[in-house]
Amino acid sequence: MAKRVEASNVTAYYGGFKAIENINLTVEPKTVTALIGPSGCGKSTFLRSINRMHEVLPGARVEGNLTIDGQDIYDRDVDVTAVRRMIGMVFQRPNPFPTMSIFENVVAGLRLNGVRRKSILEETAEKALRSANLWDEVKDRLGKPGAGLSGGQQQRLCIARTIAVEPQVVLMDEPCSALDPISTLAIEDLMFQLKDKFTIIIVTHNMQQAARVSDRTAFFSIEKTGDPGRLIEYDNTQKIFSNPSQKKTEDYITGRFG
Amino acid sequence: MGDTPHRSAHAGTGGTPVAMSHERPAGASARVAERSGNPGRPGGDLGGGGGLPRARAFGAERAFRGLTLAAGTTVLVIIAAIAIFLIAKAVPALRANTESFWTFEGWFPNDNPPKFGIGALAFGTVLSSLLALLMAVPVALGIALYLSHYAPRRLGNGLGFVIDLLAAVPSVVFGLWGRDYFAGPVADLSAWLNTYFGWIPIFGDGPYGSSILLGSLVLAIMVLPIVTSLSREVFRQTPTANEEAALALGATRWEMIRTAVLPYGRPGVVAAVMLGLGRALGETIALALTLGSTYAISFNILQSGGNSIAANIANRFAEANDTGRGALIASGLVLFAITLIVNITARAIIYRRREFTESAA
Amino acid sequence: MTSTLTPSRPRPPAQPATLRARRLPAYAAPAIAVAAVLLAAAVVYGAGIGGPVLVVVIAALLYLVGLFVATNAVEGRRSARNRTWSALIHSAFVLAVLPLASVVWTLVSKGSERLDGNFFGTSMNNIGARDANGGAYHAIVGTLEQVGIAALITVPLGVLCAIYVVEYGRGRFAFAIRFFVDVMTGIPSIVTGLFVLAFWVLIVSPWFNDGRPSFSGFAAALALSVLMLPTIVRSTEEMLRLVPAPLREGAYALGVPKWKTILRVVLPTALPGIVTGIMLAIARAAGETAPVLLVAGGGASINFNPFENNQSSLALFVYQQAGEASKYSPARAWTAALTLVALVLVLTVAAKLLARRNRLGR
Repeated sequence: MAKRVEASNVTAYYGGFKAIENINLTVEPKTVTALIGPSGCGKSTFLRSINRMHEVLPGARVEGNLTIDGQDIYDRDVDVTAVRRMIGMVFQRPNPFPTMSIFENVVAGLRLNGVRRKSILEETAEKALRSANLWDEVKDRLGKPGAGLSGGQQQRLCIARTIAVEPQVVLMDEPCSALDPISTLAIEDLMFQLKDKFTIIIVTHNMQQAARVSDRTAFFSIEKTGDPGRLIEYDNTQKIFSNPSQKKTEDYITGRFG
Repeated sequence: MGDTPHRSAHAGTGGTPVAMSHERPAGASARVAERSGNPGRPGGDLGGGGGLPRARAFGAERAFRGLTLAAGTTVLVIIAAIAIFLIAKAVPALRANTESFWTFEGWFPNDNPPKFGIGALAFGTVLSSLLALLMAVPVALGIALYLSHYAPRRLGNGLGFVIDLLAAVPSVVFGLWGRDYFAGPVADLSAWLNTYFGWIPIFGDGPYGSSILLGSLVLAIMVLPIVTSLSREVFRQTPTANEEAALALGATRWEMIRTAVLPYGRPGVVAAVMLGLGRALGETIALALTLGSTYAISFNILQSGGNSIAANIANRFAEANDTGRGALIASGLVLFAITLIVNITARAIIYRRREFTESAA
Repeated sequence: MTSTLTPSRPRPPAQPATLRARRLPAYAAPAIAVAAVLLAAAVVYGAGIGGPVLVVVIAALLYLVGLFVATNAVEGRRSARNRTWSALIHSAFVLAVLPLASVVWTLVSKGSERLDGNFFGTSMNNIGARDANGGAYHAIVGTLEQVGIAALITVPLGVLCAIYVVEYGRGRFAFAIRFFVDVMTGIPSIVTGLFVLAFWVLIVSPWFNDGRPSFSGFAAALALSVLMLPTIVRSTEEMLRLVPAPLREGAYALGVPKWKTILRVVLPTALPGIVTGIMLAIARAAGETAPVLLVAGGGASINFNPFENNQSSLALFVYQQAGEASKYSPARAWTAALTLVALVLVLTVAAKLLARRNRLGR
C-alpha cells in the first residue's frame, strides 16, 4: 500500500515567480514526514507538487524529478488523475462538498471511479469513517449534509473521503490550522493510526505538532521575500528538534526567527 | 465564499430573517434592541452622570425609519395596484365578450358583439418560450462553463464581458434582425426539416416565414446572453476548495465540474433559467416582429403564424377601441398571472435550496 | 478500528496498477475531424439531402461520436467522457457566437447608412413615404426625458426601500417586501405598460385633460419606473449587505444614531456599487419598447414637454420605422437601433467599469 516518494531537483514556479528551488528529499513508506518552515517558504508548494495539484493554478509549473516507487509522476504518458488517486490530499480548511450528504462525501471518490454497487459503497464508507475516527459520531446521520458538522468533524470527514479511495500516500496541508486544540489532538491521534498503512506528508506551522506526530522532519526556508524556498535540513525529527546540524534550523525551532 | 460578508452583515444589524424575535413595540425598548449589536453595553450607557436621556418619540431616527418603511411598502402597493387596475379595466371587456375567453380562437374585440379568446395566444406564448429555452439553455450552460472553467482566464473574462453587453442589447434590435435577416435562413431550414422530417407532426407544411420556429429561435438568441451571464457568475463562485477537493480525488475536469461546480451552482442556474423563461414569456417586440399573428392553436412550428399574448398586445393596440383595450388588458392579466406563477415557483426553489448550500460555504 | 482498512480484495477498485495511461496520439483529434468532414460530405452530397451547412452539422456530430469511441477504446470511459464534454462545451460556444456576431454585424453595417447630422438633427414631422431624410431627434429627446424622470422617481424610492429591507426590516413584513421585489423583477414590461395605461392614462390623466385620456412621456416614465424599481432595490440591497458589520458597529459605539450611520457611513461605502446598479437599470429601461408603445403615444414631431401630448422614444422609433412601408425606413430603423445600442452600451460599460473599481465587490 504505502509507497516511497523521491524528489530530486524539484523547482516550482507560479508564472515568472520561482517558489521553490532544487528540493531533494526521500520520504520512506509508512512514515509521517513533517514539512516545517516560515510562511512563504514553499512547503505547501512542494506538497502540492507531489500530487500535481500545483499545476491546477494558472501559470504554475514544476521542473525536476518526482517519483513514487520509481515511477516518474511528471512523465508525459502519466495520467494526472491516476497520480491524484494514488496520492490523496487533505487541505488546510475542511472542504466537504456542500451539496452532498456525509455518506455521499465519503464515497465521492469511489463514485468517480465508477463504483456503483451500494453494498461496496456502504462497506467502504463505514471503513473509511471508522479509520477517520468519525464513525461513532455520524453513523446515525449519514444522510445529513456534511457541512453541518463541526470544523474538526468536517476535517475528519475530508480525511475519510481521502482514504476511502485507498491512496498510497496522503498529503496534509496544515490540516489542523483551522481547528481547535481538541479536534487537533483527534487528528494527530488519527495520523498515528494511519501511518500503519499510508505514507503521510504533513505541512505544519506548529512545531510541537511536527515533533509529536512525525518520524522525519524537513525544514524549508527562504533568504528573503521574493527568493525561492530551499530545503535547509532533512533528518529524523528527534535530531532536528534536539540537535539540528544547521544554524538556521536551530534558530527557527528555538524561535529566534520566522 | 461569497456568502460570508453577507452573513456578517446580517449579524451586525440583526438582519432580516434571523432576528424575528427582535420585534418590539415602539418606544424606549426599541432603542435598546438597536444597540444589542454592541456587546458589553446592554443599556447603551452614553453620556456619563445623571439619568439616561429618554428616547424621543418623534426624532430624526423615527422619521427616517418611517420614510424607508414607506418606500418599502410602495413595492407591495404597486404589485397590488397592478392586479387591481388590470382587473378593473379587464372586467367590463370580459363581460361584453360573447365567446368563451379561454377557448375561442380569434380576436375581434372591436366588433359588435365583441368576440375574443386567449387560448391560442397563451398557447403560442408558452410554446415559443419553452422552445426557446429548450434551445438556449444547453448552449448557454455550455458557454458559461466554457467561460468559467475551460477558456484561459483572460479570454474568459473578456468574452464574459462581451456576453454581458449582449445581454443589454434591446429586444427591438433582435426583433428587427430576426425579421429582416434571419427569416430567410430559417425558411430554408423549415423547408429542409419538412422534406426530411415531415413525418414528425411539428414539422408540418408551409408556407414558411414568420413562424413559431423563427420567433423562438430569435427568443433563444435573446435569452442566451442573459442565462449565460447569470450561470457564468454562479459557476465562477464555486469555492476553489471544493474544486480542488474533487481534483485531489483524481477527478477529470468534467468530473470535477459534475461533482463540485454543477451541484453548487444548481439553484443559481435554476434561477437563471427561470429568469430567462420570464423574459421569454413577456417578450413583446421581438415576437411582434417575427410571428405571423394568427389565432389558431397549431403544433406545426414551421408554418407562418403563431402569436403570443405580449406580441398581440403590441400589434393590436393601435386599432383598439374601449372594449379592445379592455380585452388586451385582460390578456395582459393572464400573462401577468403566468409570469407570477413561474416567478414564485422559481423563488420558492431558490429559497429552499439556499438553506442547504448556505449552511456550508 | 485500526485494521479495518486492510483490503479484502487484492486491489481496491479505485487504484490504478500503474500511473501510465495509454494516450490518444496528438494527431488523433484532427484526424477524426477530417474523417468526419469527409464522411459527412460524402453522405450529404451522395444522397443529395442538403448543402454545406448540413455537412458541418453532421460532421460535428460524427466528430463527437468518433472522438468518444476512439478515446473510449484507448484511454477508457472516464477520459472519453471528459473529452467529449469538453468538445461539446467548446462547440456550444461556437454555435452561439454565429448568430450573435451576425446581429452585431448587421447592426453596425446597416446602422451606419444614415449616421449623419440630418438624422440626429431632425424629427419625423412631415416626412412622407418618399422622403429619404427624417431623423430621430424627437425620439432621442423622448428617451432621455422619460428615462431621466423614471430615474428621478426610482432612485430615491429604490434606495430607501433597500435601506428598509437591509437595515430596519424585521420579520414577515420585510420578508414579504424582499419576496415581492424578486417577483416584481419578473413582471413583463408590457404588463407594466398596461398597468400605467389602465391606471394613469385611462383613469388619472382625464382629470387634467378635460375628461379625455392623454398619452404622454410622463406616463412612459411611470411605466419604466415600475420596471427599474426592483432592479435598483435588489442591487442596492446586495451592496448594503456587503458593507462590513464592524463599520456600523464602530459608528454605533461612538453614539452615532442609526439613521446618521446609514447616511454617513453605510451609504457612502456602498455608493459605487449602488450607482452601478442604477446605471444598469437605466440602460435596461432605455431599451424598452413595449411600455412606451402603449402609453407614450409615439408622435412624429419634437415635443419637449413630457407631461402633455405624445412623445416617442428611440426604441419605439425603431419599432415604428420597422413597420413602415417606405423604402427609406429600414435605414432609419437600423441607425436608430445603432444609436440606442450605443447609448445602452455606454451606460453598461461605464457601470461595469465602475463596478470593477468597487472595493466592496469581489
